[in-house]
Amino acid sequence: MEIVVQLLLLLAVAPLISGVVAKVKNNLRLRRGPGIFQPYFNLVKLFHKDECFSEHSSWLMKLTPYVVLGATLAAAALLPLLGNGALAQYAGDFILLIFVLSLGRFFLALAGLDPASAFGGLGSSREMFFASFLEPIILLAVFAVALVAGGTGFLKIAAGGLGVPAILAAGALFLATLAETSRLPVDNQETHLELTMIHEAMVLEYSGRSLALLELASYLKQAIFFSLVLLVAWPPLVSQVGWFLLSLLALAVIVAFTEVSLAKMRLFRVVDFLFFAGILALLAVISAALGV
Amino acid sequence: MFNWEFLLDPLAFFFLALIVTIALPVLLYSFGYLAGKYSRRKIMVGQLLALAFVGSMLLVVSVRSALTFLVCWEVMTLLSYFLVMFEKESEKSIKAATIYIVMSHVGAAFIAAGIFLIHHYTGSFDLLAWHSAVLPAGSRDLLFFFFLIGFGIKAGIVPLHLWLPYAHPQAPSHISALMSGVMIKVAIYGLLRFVFFVLGIQALWWGGIVILLACLTCLVGIIYALIDNDLKTVLAYSSIENIGVIMLGLGAAMVFIPLGQPVLASLALVAALYHLINHAAFKSLLFLGAGSVYRSAGTKNLEKLGGLINKLPWTSAFFLIGALAIAALPPLNGFISEWLTLQVLFLGALTAPAGLKVILALCAAVLALTGGLTAACMVRAFGLTFLARPRSAKAEQAKEAPLTMLLGMGWLVLLIIGLSLGAVPIVGLLAKVAASAAGVPIPSFAFNQYILRLPGADLSPPLVMLALVAAFGLVIAATFLFFGRSRRVVVPTWDCGYYQLTPRQEYSATGFSKPFRIAFGFFLRPSRSTQTTKDSHYHVRSLVYEARTAKVFKEFFYLPFVGGLFQTAKGMKRFQAGSIQIYLSYILVVVLLLLLFIGRF
Repeated sequence: MEIVVQLLLLLAVAPLISGVVAKVKNNLRLRRGPGIFQPYFNLVKLFHKDECFSEHSSWLMKLTPYVVLGATLAAAALLPLLGNGALAQYAGDFILLIFVLSLGRFFLALAGLDPASAFGGLGSSREMFFASFLEPIILLAVFAVALVAGGTGFLKIAAGGLGVPAILAAGALFLATLAETSRLPVDNQETHLELTMIHEAMVLEYSGRSLALLELASYLKQAIFFSLVLLVAWPPLVSQVGWFLLSLLALAVIVAFTEVSLAKMRLFRVVDFLFFAGILALLAVISAALGV
Repeated sequence: MFNWEFLLDPLAFFFLALIVTIALPVLLYSFGYLAGKYSRRKIMVGQLLALAFVGSMLLVVSVRSALTFLVCWEVMTLLSYFLVMFEKESEKSIKAATIYIVMSHVGAAFIAAGIFLIHHYTGSFDLLAWHSAVLPAGSRDLLFFFFLIGFGIKAGIVPLHLWLPYAHPQAPSHISALMSGVMIKVAIYGLLRFVFFVLGIQALWWGGIVILLACLTCLVGIIYALIDNDLKTVLAYSSIENIGVIMLGLGAAMVFIPLGQPVLASLALVAALYHLINHAAFKSLLFLGAGSVYRSAGTKNLEKLGGLINKLPWTSAFFLIGALAIAALPPLNGFISEWLTLQVLFLGALTAPAGLKVILALCAAVLALTGGLTAACMVRAFGLTFLARPRSAKAEQAKEAPLTMLLGMGWLVLLIIGLSLGAVPIVGLLAKVAASAAGVPIPSFAFNQYILRLPGADLSPPLVMLALVAAFGLVIAATFLFFGRSRRVVVPTWDCGYYQLTPRQEYSATGFSKPFRIAFGFFLRPSRSTQTTKDSHYHVRSLVYEARTAKVFKEFFYLPFVGGLFQTAKGMKRFQAGSIQIYLSYILVVVLLLLLFIGRF
């Protein structure tokens, strides 16, 4: 029951986060921009539309949206939010969550290659490129908090407190979140420019209901990563509904400020950005090892 | 001395079971694979050789006398050499087989030296007697290096891996499956038997060396797998990477035993053994899938494949499952062994001194990086082979493989699913194998029937599978419940408003790996050359673009070494002038020297 509540809450809030980020960004640029509920309208509109599939695509492309959203939902169910640990207690730990999200990404990258378009392959290649560097960064951050907490299980991590390793790891996770949720300076959600797009290039051939499912999955993934940053930084933030929603919104505003103040990086400069995140995660491990 | 007694402890049983489980579906597959491709006589010879090859591996892992082991080991090498040479008309096969046989014999020489050295100290060849034998401390280190090099060559540990990417892709696909899936694991058996069982782990730095080599093997293997354009070479390099993951578990065990953490060491061995069977299952499956592609599309070149998902529906589905498993994605078996390895590194770090904590964390990071790169590699291998449109006429006409081949692959798919769901009982069994190999206790963690309970975390593979399937079903059900059936329209792929797209405008295998070539440029040293032929100043008639990467180990390590050998041989020619008087005087000098020094011995 707790899991159902948690999933419904995350599903309900997830699009709002994107709406808030977009609104704050627009206001910072002195534009009015669409309302914070625009993502919901988009979803409803897309769900009711016809779907177009490329004549060259196969069953894999039609299956992928369901797999991606399914995997993201399963990952969301693992989170120990609001003191809920039903699934986290038996099924798996932080590492499992990261790999379940990778499952969705694997299918999405394949779906990018499926319709025989150069854009999709470009997106898949870049997505897998960044993903392979993100995996060790996230794992090092997890390693650091787990060293303090005594295990990678969510219940152990959720029982942790504030500390230097936690802050450093949360910082590394925050940078990883920017990359995972296709935010500046890694990717740009607002553009369809061939030279820069990554996530948008992979889903370029999708439309209608499939696109809606994929969009919903990315909103949900964003919510998961935000929750993970909060969880790692200070677990009490995610144990109560009010504080959880408030800190999610606060994080959304921070992301909006970061995005507005940064320019898109060249593809291969992103490696340096990820390297920085990796160093931060390594510092977290070192501080955890030294017991700082 | 030389006898046919058997040593059937859990370690031997484990490998016997592994070889049989993988060899049966592979042999089933080979009937369909060979039929029609070769003459009946050649098929007969090939099948007999393959059977004998499997038999020799069974003997290697079960004999009791080290001398018999050596003989069987040699027979195994020779039989696989003939099988690599199966297409003996091809220049490439001969080259691959020659590199293989030469390197294998260097390895065999090291193993033989080690075995005879132990015989020198103990006076017997009985492996069981060696287990309790006391060897002088200094010779242990030497023996460790002998066995590490000897078995390392066969296993394909970097920098001793050179033969593997030549020999594995060149053999017929079912032999590649046996070599990558099983034979290189027999080398791991050698390490377990001779280093863990006979020598015993005493020095901490042994483990340090193994962990270092393992990390190197993981990264080098997967980076080369990412940039190669030949489907079977990609799989061969990925085998090197997986040997690295297995060695990481072994290395962790070799660190934990001297540190006084036998329970952790046992868990590390379990992780390594688990990954070993997992890799045997999915790598054989992938090689069989690649064989099916090669047989029907006539090429292994990723640039010339594509679009096979509609033409080979079963093969592509099986290959996809293998790719998901090898990319360590839940809920399949590759993830479980990777998770165990990560947990072992973490639990080791939890109790280790600060410096070791950071080192183990870095090992975990290397493993995670390898996992990420493997996923990229498998997206590339599957996507470029099976998705989009065919990029050659042959791929356009590809047809599904015959039933025996599909049955062989389907068998391995079932094995993978079994290895995923049965994780908990399997871990229990593997703990017994680890106990018999290294004398470590069986961990007393409360193993629930469905949940792997480690001190810091739990994992329930069946529950994960259930959760994923339930979530997937839920999404489908909810979508259809709320929005009804989907209305689908078939349209052309978006072509930016230009003309009809052709398969040449798809993303290519070389293009897919370009970011990786640049990011790992410090190691791969990519270079390129373009040749343009122009009609006039403005119009280019043809353009040849070539991109190359350096094979660092070959160019900076092996080629200078081989060159040095040839130089020495040339130098020796001066002593061999062909005159009989000179030869007689050589003999005289040697006899005199021997007479002078004979008193010393």
